[in-house]
Amino acid sequence: MLALLVILLSCTFFPGVIVKTKALFSGRKGPGIFQPWIDIVRLLKKGSVYSTVSSYVFQTGASVYLASVLVAALFVPFDQHTALISFPGDFVMFAYLLGLGRFFLIISALDVSSGFEGMGANREAFYSMLAEPAFFILMGSLAMFTGYTSFNEIFINLHYQDYFSIIIAIIAAFVLGNLTLVETSRLPIDDPLTHLELTMVHEVMVLDHSGIDLGLIKIANNIKFVLFSTLSANCFIPQTWSLGMQIAVYLIAQAGFAVGIGYFESFRARNKMAMNAQYILSISAISMILIFVIIILNNKI
Amino acid sequence: MNMPQPYATLPNQGTLPLKELPVLSYSEFFQTVSHLLGLEGHHCVACYGHRTLENIQIICCIADDLHHTIKVFSCLAEGNRLVRLASLAKTHFPMHLFEREIAENFGIEFMYHPWPKPVRYAWNRADKTQVINNYPFYRIDGNELHEVGVGPIHAGVIEPGHFRFLCNGETVLHLEIQLGWQHRGVEALFLEMPSLLQRTILSESIAGDTAVGHSLAFVNLMESLGNITVPEELELERTMALELERIAMHLGDLGNVNIGMAYQLASSVFGTLRTPLINYTQTWCGNRFGKGLNRVGGTHYPFNEELAKKLVTLLDKVEESFSPMSERLFSLPSFLMRAETIGRVTEKQMRLIGAVGMTARAAGIPSDIRQSHPFAAYKRYEIDHQTLEQGDVWARMMLRSLEVKDSIRFVRELAQRSGPATNPSSPIKEMDLKLMPDTFCISLVEGWRGEICHCAITNDRGELAHYKIKDPSFHNWMALALSLRDLEISDFPINNKSYNLSYCGFDL
Repeated sequence: MLALLVILLSCTFFPGVIVKTKALFSGRKGPGIFQPWIDIVRLLKKGSVYSTVSSYVFQTGASVYLASVLVAALFVPFDQHTALISFPGDFVMFAYLLGLGRFFLIISALDVSSGFEGMGANREAFYSMLAEPAFFILMGSLAMFTGYTSFNEIFINLHYQDYFSIIIAIIAAFVLGNLTLVETSRLPIDDPLTHLELTMVHEVMVLDHSGIDLGLIKIANNIKFVLFSTLSANCFIPQTWSLGMQIAVYLIAQAGFAVGIGYFESFRARNKMAMNAQYILSISAISMILIFVIIILNNKI
Repeated sequence: MNMPQPYATLPNQGTLPLKELPVLSYSEFFQTVSHLLGLEGHHCVACYGHRTLENIQIICCIADDLHHTIKVFSCLAEGNRLVRLASLAKTHFPMHLFEREIAENFGIEFMYHPWPKPVRYAWNRADKTQVINNYPFYRIDGNELHEVGVGPIHAGVIEPGHFRFLCNGETVLHLEIQLGWQHRGVEALFLEMPSLLQRTILSESIAGDTAVGHSLAFVNLMESLGNITVPEELELERTMALELERIAMHLGDLGNVNIGMAYQLASSVFGTLRTPLINYTQTWCGNRFGKGLNRVGGTHYPFNEELAKKLVTLLDKVEESFSPMSERLFSLPSFLMRAETIGRVTEKQMRLIGAVGMTARAAGIPSDIRQSHPFAAYKRYEIDHQTLEQGDVWARMMLRSLEVKDSIRFVRELAQRSGPATNPSSPIKEMDLKLMPDTFCISLVEGWRGEICHCAITNDRGELAHYKIKDPSFHNWMALALSLRDLEISDFPINNKSYNLSYCGFDL
């Protein structure tokens, strides 16, 4: 339960901190930290407009997306504090819950049969397909390293190993950090601020969602962010610390991660679309390094 | 050698009595165009139809960039029945848009024209059954291919235009740009507007982002037709205004391309630099886009020492932030990866479509009216000229960046030279402006996009009988379409922004 609470807590400021950081780096004051959530509340108060050519698929897409992300959130532990749902192999369930949500978003994008949305759905499906190996190679190697196959036990045992844990944690955090950018459609894969449909990946897929549906999608995206950043934070926060200390460090780490994304996004241009595949595959390649390190450590070779 | 030339030769802003305008037969006309366009440094700046009492006179102006002259000649086509002419575009492709325009406006058919499509669906077109919704798009059929239509209404607050992409997956095979949605009938309005002031204001609104450029072309034309010479100081001021417009637009566009690339730092720095510049124009003349500055025969807003001092300080400040930012931008790996080799149009292609201005200069064609047909203060002071070879997004951005630096240097020099406050000559009064009767006049100006061409014909009472405008976007839209060949569809926005062409300048 604690895990879910801290995740929801850091959800409140995470997107706002990114926006604020970017604003400050470009010399503007920027909106308040909670503005993204105020916007979401405004969206939730509105009704939705549905195209006459769309069916129930489109109307359920956003809700299924949010639901699957919320259920996935139940699987994420906070340090040694167990997640609400935990069983051996739960990270596979976690990955495919996110996949299920994405699948529904993709078919609802196809359902409105607009030229733009099909294009976006195509890109999103392609990139998430490429990103999947990175996640499984990473979790697989951590499982091999610790000898356990649930999120909870992996993170508890990661810390009780020798000092190699630190190297492994760093690589794991790096891979998870990059996966966050892919999963949540940030630079350099996608530009969440662009108004140019032809260059969008995620945004163009949800162009026809409005009002409450759009609000649900935005909530799901914000939670997704924090799920991944919590996983990377779990690699670092020592379990010997007191609970208060752990929560404080966790929240600071989350804010730091958000500032990091804001900084990263301020000082570079996005990838050319064709380079994205290469970029995402390079994340998998780095997690391959991890698996080799662990194979060697475990004297399997 | 002593053979009489089949054309009249004019300088920029030159006038020509109509009876001295050679009228050739169409075969002679055809040969003359073919011959002239084959010569070095010649390009067609205007070719348009003008309805006389019973005929349609096709007037062609070909500029000789090496000798700073414009060669003008014409031919007649019967106005009352269907006329078929051999197409020049078949062998000289830069003529294709001129011929399409004449075909659309007068119903003249050009045989074997390679791309016979409507131009802008002008309100006074010959065939009113042709409507904009039935535009004949180029099609490729196939199960693998799909079409993506964008516009005419766009997500950003921009002008209307329809883009149709023929795609194979993410790759664009062909982009067709269909314009005409913004057509206002500007050329006809010039004749309908009775007063000089109205016409001047109209000229400022031909393309809102080129207010100074177009109004300068108009004012120069009126001054030539009215036989007015303006003092040097006034020419100096107009030149400064034109260059300030160039700097401001280039800065804005550099910022916009960076928004398209999601490079936040450069987009906010360039955006921030543009504002004080256009604000300066407002301090000078009360309008951020320089509207109200160019008036026939004089000015309401004479430049003075105080303005000059302010301008020099401002330009120093702009340069101080601009130089390091552009240096950083053009050495940033993620930017270079995004911009280099993207949207390449070769010099040959640019010559084929008759590209002008900075678009052409970014692909190795030294097209610059300031150099080839100097006007205003460019007659006395020379500005540096830049050409780049690559013709890609990088080159267009680099060229803008170089031109900003050159223009800053040039304007600073002019501002320091402008000397103590001159006694301002106020604009000429309506009743004092007497246009020469039965005269043809052409005026070329290098706006920030490129060559702006205004042509006018007066009748026997010295009133405007015909007015013709050509914005640089007229040719350059085709360059954008060519840029997209075999490119990813997601590269369209940065290409589009690197050109930043005018919809209303094309649609008129």
